[in-house]
Amino acid sequence: MIATLLISVAIVTAIAVFLALLMVIADATIANYGEVQISINDGSRELTAKGGVSLLKALGEQEIFIPSACGGRGSCGLCKVTIDKGGGQVLPTELPWLSKEEIENNVRLSCQCKLKQDMEIKIPEELFSVKAFETKVSSIRDLTHDIKEVTLELVDPPEIQIEAGQYIQVEIPPYELTDEEVYRAYSISSPPHMNSLVELEVRLVPNGIATTFVHNYLKEGDTVMMNGPYGDFYLRESDREIICIAGGSGMAPIKSILLDMEHKQINRKTSYYFGARTAKDLFMVEEMERLEKELKDFTFIPALSEPQEDDNWEGETGLITEVLDRHLGEDAGELEAYLCGSPGMIDACIKVLQKKGIPEDQIFYDKFA
Amino acid sequence: MEGNLYPLAVFFGAIFTNNILLVNYLGMCPFLSIAKEFKASVGLGIAVIFVMTVTSVLNWAVYEFILEPFGLEYLRFIMFIMVIAAFVQLVEMIIERVSENLYAALGIFLPLITVNCSILGVSLFMVIREYTLIATLFFGLGSGLGWFLAILSMAGILEKLRKARLPKGLEGPGITLIITGIMALAFMGFAGILPIS
Repeated sequence: MIATLLISVAIVTAIAVFLALLMVIADATIANYGEVQISINDGSRELTAKGGVSLLKALGEQEIFIPSACGGRGSCGLCKVTIDKGGGQVLPTELPWLSKEEIENNVRLSCQCKLKQDMEIKIPEELFSVKAFETKVSSIRDLTHDIKEVTLELVDPPEIQIEAGQYIQVEIPPYELTDEEVYRAYSISSPPHMNSLVELEVRLVPNGIATTFVHNYLKEGDTVMMNGPYGDFYLRESDREIICIAGGSGMAPIKSILLDMEHKQINRKTSYYFGARTAKDLFMVEEMERLEKELKDFTFIPALSEPQEDDNWEGETGLITEVLDRHLGEDAGELEAYLCGSPGMIDACIKVLQKKGIPEDQIFYDKFA
Repeated sequence: MEGNLYPLAVFFGAIFTNNILLVNYLGMCPFLSIAKEFKASVGLGIAVIFVMTVTSVLNWAVYEFILEPFGLEYLRFIMFIMVIAAFVQLVEMIIERVSENLYAALGIFLPLITVNCSILGVSLFMVIREYTLIATLFFGLGSGLGWFLAILSMAGILEKLRKARLPKGLEGPGITLIITGIMALAFMGFAGILPIS
C-alpha cells in the first residue's frame, strides 16, 4: 500500500520535474534573445535590455514609464510608442487599439512588442522625466459632499518636478472591487513650487474602482504608489488674456496653474469660470477670493446651474456655456482658453469659444474621461 | 467496428457525427468570443487542429507507458493538463523564434488553447473509448478539424448576421448559442450516413 503510494508520488514528481526542466531549458535557449539595444528618439538615449520581455517592461525597468492603465495585458491601449525598427509585424492583439494612420506611422502597443532584436523607437520627450514615487497620505479632507482633497507627501524620491496642470497616475491596490492593481490618472492641484507633495481632488463616482477606494478605504498615513507627471495641459507663454473654464474636480489643474501664476508673479488678465449645480457643489471659493486680491487682474466667476432656494445665490446662474455666451464679447478672438472637466462640458464649451472667434490653437483642454 | 477502416471511421465520426463542439459542447468559450472575426477564427482553428492532434498522441503515450503500467489511471486529469500546458508553451516559444508571420497568424492564439477544454476532452475520450495509437491520432486530427469546421461555419454565419436586425436581447452570445444549437441538429443528420459512436 505504502509502496504504491510512494511510486505514484515519485512518478508524478518525476513527470512534473521533467516538464519543468524542459521549460527551463527552452527558456534559456529558444526564448533567449540575448541583450538588445534600444535607441530612443534618434539616439538621444541608448539603453541595453534583456531580450524576450515586452518593450513596456524593459523601458519600465530602466525607469522610463509609458502610460499604461492595464499593466501590460493589452486591454487599455494606452502604451503606444512609435517603433521605427525592430518591432516586427503588428499583432492581432494590437489591432483593436490602432487606427489605419497609426499603423502606417509605425505606432505600436509597447506591451505587446517583445524585444527580439535591436530597436529604434520614438517616445514623447516628456516621458523621460516620468518617475515612480512612493508617497504617504498626509491628509484627506472633504471639499464638497462628493469631492475629497487628498494630499500625498513624497517619500521616495522626495521631490517632483511638474508643470502646473499636469497629472499623475495613482496605483490602486487590489481590494473588494478589484482583483489586481489598477492605475488611474488624477490632475495635480498643488503648484509646482510645492515640490515635496502633490494634492489631488477626487470626486466619488458610484462604483468607480479608484474613487471608491480613495473615498472609503484610504486613510491618513497609508502608503500610495504613483508615477508621473504626464500631460501637455499647462500654461503657454504669451501675453494673451487667459480664460479658464472648469467644472467639479476639473478645479484641480486650474488651481495649480493659478497658484503657479501667483508664485511666478505672472499678471496676465485672467478670468475663471467655474460651473457647479448647487451651492453645496461649490468649493475653494475663499481660496479664489484670496487669489483675486493677490493677482493683479484675476476674476473668479462661479456659476450655478440649479441654485436651490436656500442657497441665497446672487451670482451667475445657468449652464456654464450660457454664462460664457453672455460674458464673452465679439473681441474674444485674442483669448487663450484652458478647459478642464467632463468631456461633455468641454465639447460644449469649445463650440461656444469657437463661435466667439477663438482659434483652435488657442484652446487647451484636459478631458476627465 | 474492427479492421483497417476503423481509424478512418473514427476520423469522420469525430468531424461530423461526434463533433466535439456541437455534440459535446466542449471548447465553447473561445468559440463564442473568437467566432466574431473570420480571420481570427481561421488562425485559432488551425492552432486547435495542430495542438489537438499532437497532445492526444502525447497523452496516449503518457497513459499507455506511464499511467497504466503503474496503476495511476486516476491521475490522468492532472497529467494530461500538465502535458498540454507544457507542450503549448513550448510550441509558442518555438513559433515565436522561427517565424514572425506564423506567430502573428497563429502563435498569439496558443495561450488561449491551453484552457480550451475540448483539448483535454479529446485526451479523456481517447482513454474512455480505449483507442489505439492510430485511432487516437485520427481522433485528435478529426476532432480538431471538426472544431475548425464549426467555428468557421459560425464565423461565416455571424458575418452574414451582421447586417440582420436582431432583437436587442439576442445580440452577441445569445444568437450565437441558438445558431450553435441549430448547427448541432444539422450535424446530427450526419449520423444517418455514418452510424458510428
